[in-house]
Amino acid sequence: MSKPLIGVILGAVLGAIDGLTAWFTPAVRDQLFGIVFGSTIKGIIAGVAIGFFAKKFHSLPIGILFGVIVGAILAWLVAFMQGGYYFQIILPGTLVGLIVGFATQKYGTPAEATSQ
Amino acid sequence: MKWLSDEKLNHLRTVVSEPDFSATKYTFVKELGRGGMGVVCLAEDRELDRLVAIKVLNTPDITEDLRNRMIREAQIIARLEHPGIVPVHDVGTLPDGRIFYAMKYVRGNRLDEYAAQNVSLRDRLRKFQSVCDAVAFAHAHGVIHRDLKPQNIMIGSFGEVLVLDWGVAKLVDREDRTYSSDGIYSHSGDTVEGTVIGTQNYMSPEQARGEIDQLDERADIYSLGAVLSFLLKDQPKVSKAAQAITSKAMATAKENRYTSASDLSADIARLLDAEPVSAYRENAIERTSRWVGKNRFLVLLVLAYLLMRIFLIFTSRR
Repeated sequence: MSKPLIGVILGAVLGAIDGLTAWFTPAVRDQLFGIVFGSTIKGIIAGVAIGFFAKKFHSLPIGILFGVIVGAILAWLVAFMQGGYYFQIILPGTLVGLIVGFATQKYGTPAEATSQ
Repeated sequence: MKWLSDEKLNHLRTVVSEPDFSATKYTFVKELGRGGMGVVCLAEDRELDRLVAIKVLNTPDITEDLRNRMIREAQIIARLEHPGIVPVHDVGTLPDGRIFYAMKYVRGNRLDEYAAQNVSLRDRLRKFQSVCDAVAFAHAHGVIHRDLKPQNIMIGSFGEVLVLDWGVAKLVDREDRTYSSDGIYSHSGDTVEGTVIGTQNYMSPEQARGEIDQLDERADIYSLGAVLSFLLKDQPKVSKAAQAITSKAMATAKENRYTSASDLSADIARLLDAEPVSAYRENAIERTSRWVGKNRFLVLLVLAYLLMRIFLIFTSRR
């Protein structure tokens, strides 16, 4: 399996789980579908970016750092658009980025060497 | 009449038994070991200024057959150019007519000495895999070792693994004729049927029965299994998969063993990578446990994520 595909799958799954946890917050429960959809899209975008980065750069610490940064930035954007819940959105979003960053570095087929 | 002291007499005996390298480029340093057919000495190559191990026939009656056998033994090793097989540098004749061949002098420990040094299971398996690879290479070139045991495997100072003592190796050529370099031969140069070659605890059942014609690569695979069993002995955490690999390699019926040393090596590689091995069919619990063990960090990350999620749910409800 390619690294970007691992990133997309993991990002989508974790993003969806992330969104589903909004059910435990009664104030936003009626917006659950939109939250899950948005969170999944956010996870996919993060997964694609982190997956392609992992395909290009083979370094576990740098991959994890990149994942954390991408996860945090995307989560901050979502929180900014929501106009609140910064801590509740940015913390899990960052951790999702960390997990995807680790997984894409550790697993998946690396880019094939090309000869000229 | 003056009597010689025991000390002087012993010294004279040693000097007399030393191979005479005077007409060669080698200088005798010391004796390293003595076998049924030959003596292995440490010598200095004066031209290249390096130490070598030299094997010399120690039989007083040097027949043409013995000479040919010694040369063919050197040829068997020489055709095996592999980092895991000790290389032959030179073949020659001593002034007394005895054939000798010079090999790389390997500094390090024998596998049994290495294993006694409290080495981790993982390192033991890595070394064993290197032995399998060297043996697989020999098999691919039609050579069967027939005396694989920890005493014939050296771990060099830099961790390199070398298979030694090909003295009883058997060469199976393309026309399916066989040649052995051991001490007991028929007129054709083959080992006489019924002759037992090898070392008791490490030889396959067919080898122990002296079924020389039945010996093939799988006899070495049995010995490799016995070496693996030796390496796993007294280890605290030996998985069922590792035990199954040993059992498959040491199966009484050779048909039930690994078909090649490469297959055995591949199973060891899978064991080291926490992948399922061909010798053992694991159940769902074992499969899950192996996967969790292999992906410990990822599992911990996901658990940390879930814990953080639970924490956030509870804090947001207050």
